[in-house]
Amino acid sequence: MYGKGLKPLSVATVVAILAAFSLVFFYAPLDADQGFIQKIFYLHVPLSITALAGFVIGGIFAVLHLRSGERRWDAWSYVSIHMSVIFGVAVLITGSIWAKASWGHWWVWDEPTLVSFLIVFLMYATYYPFRYAIEDPERQARYSSVFAITAGAFVPLNFIAVRMAQSLVHPRVFATANGGLPGSMMFTFLVCLVAVGLLWVTLVKLELTAKSASGQLKRLRRALDAPAAGGGSRIAPEVS
Amino acid sequence: MTPSRAAFAAILAKDLRAELRSLQSLPAMGLFAVTTFVIFRFGLDRTSLSGSLASGVLWATLLFAALLGVNRLWVAEREEGGFDAIRLAPIDRSALFAAKAAALLAYLLALELVVVPVFALFFLGSAAALGPLVAVLLLANLGIAATGTLVSSMAVHSRARDLLGPLVLLPLVVPLMIAATGASEPLLAAGGPGYHRFGTWLAVLSLYDLVFLLLGWAVFDFLLED
Repeated sequence: MYGKGLKPLSVATVVAILAAFSLVFFYAPLDADQGFIQKIFYLHVPLSITALAGFVIGGIFAVLHLRSGERRWDAWSYVSIHMSVIFGVAVLITGSIWAKASWGHWWVWDEPTLVSFLIVFLMYATYYPFRYAIEDPERQARYSSVFAITAGAFVPLNFIAVRMAQSLVHPRVFATANGGLPGSMMFTFLVCLVAVGLLWVTLVKLELTAKSASGQLKRLRRALDAPAAGGGSRIAPEVS
Repeated sequence: MTPSRAAFAAILAKDLRAELRSLQSLPAMGLFAVTTFVIFRFGLDRTSLSGSLASGVLWATLLFAALLGVNRLWVAEREEGGFDAIRLAPIDRSALFAAKAAALLAYLLALELVVVPVFALFFLGSAAALGPLVAVLLLANLGIAATGTLVSSMAVHSRARDLLGPLVLLPLVVPLMIAATGASEPLLAAGGPGYHRFGTWLAVLSLYDLVFLLLGWAVFDFLLED
């Protein structure tokens, strides 16, 4: 059931990413100050926005799970957070490369967005050991949802606290509401955001499909009374 | 007295009485904190501290000492069957959350009553900062009590409970620590207490407390279902 619509979605994602990269390399103007390296912005910022949105979406699915008690919402919540953590790794790597190129250091402590993101990432990295340590599947789903909701509320609070901890206010290249971007860059950025967002949705859907397929296979095997070939994941929830 | 308030009072009184009789958490927390101060004395090679260094040492020590109490908070309930008894009792489950958070708050207050004067004695020249520091301590305690109660109530049901509580709690209290150290830093400055952005930091602490107290209250029901 999760596989439905996966093919057109994948095609749309590939087209969007191709369009985004063509715009990045052939249409968007070179940054006067930073030159070619600034192009990583079109990957880095959409990735981070998608990852943070994914964390919050995971929290919303967790609320749905606790309200309705349906296990599939827990699977949705798990996959959303899982994918966002993977995106988060990419954000930290691309961010580091950009920081090295434009500020000369791999890591800069006085840039609030960087530090906030690192803290959020560390918070969600504990989601796996947390989930893994609870054995009873029903309790695991419930506790993971509580974690996802707590961490979802934590994301904005953390950004407030870190932003306020900066004694000096840095000149922000991408000011609020992207006020500083010229039109062509803004357009490219928005296309990239859509492409990365689509990529996230496709990967989430793909993983849910895979989980549901392996869950069905397991049930069929059990019905045939044959031993399962692989142990399967002990952390990930089963999808019916 | 409404049933939930009676339950709250009964659970809180039970917890405090058990702690007073068994002394499982508090002495360990105090001893840990004082020893950590001594380690910082040699680790930093300083005999007096001020400003950001003082506030960092104070809050890191208090936080890690608090973790000891957080870890022990639910162990008795789990081992002696307190969870089952409360599930059977016709009371609001949120009363349990409130009572446990209040118990943790009481432990933290008792800890700080001893440890913060010791810190002042060891490292600070004067006790002038301690008055306004009380406000920061109270607000930060509320936040630690709310998040600590929530996290440890989940961790206690897991296989690796001593590991999991601190692991999840530490990133969760980072914003709280940022605000607490931010407020304490000018208070502990070398030339007497300053109040740079004191009100703003207290507002952040209050916001954090409010969010996590409400959140704990709201989701706690789901943690006791079985």
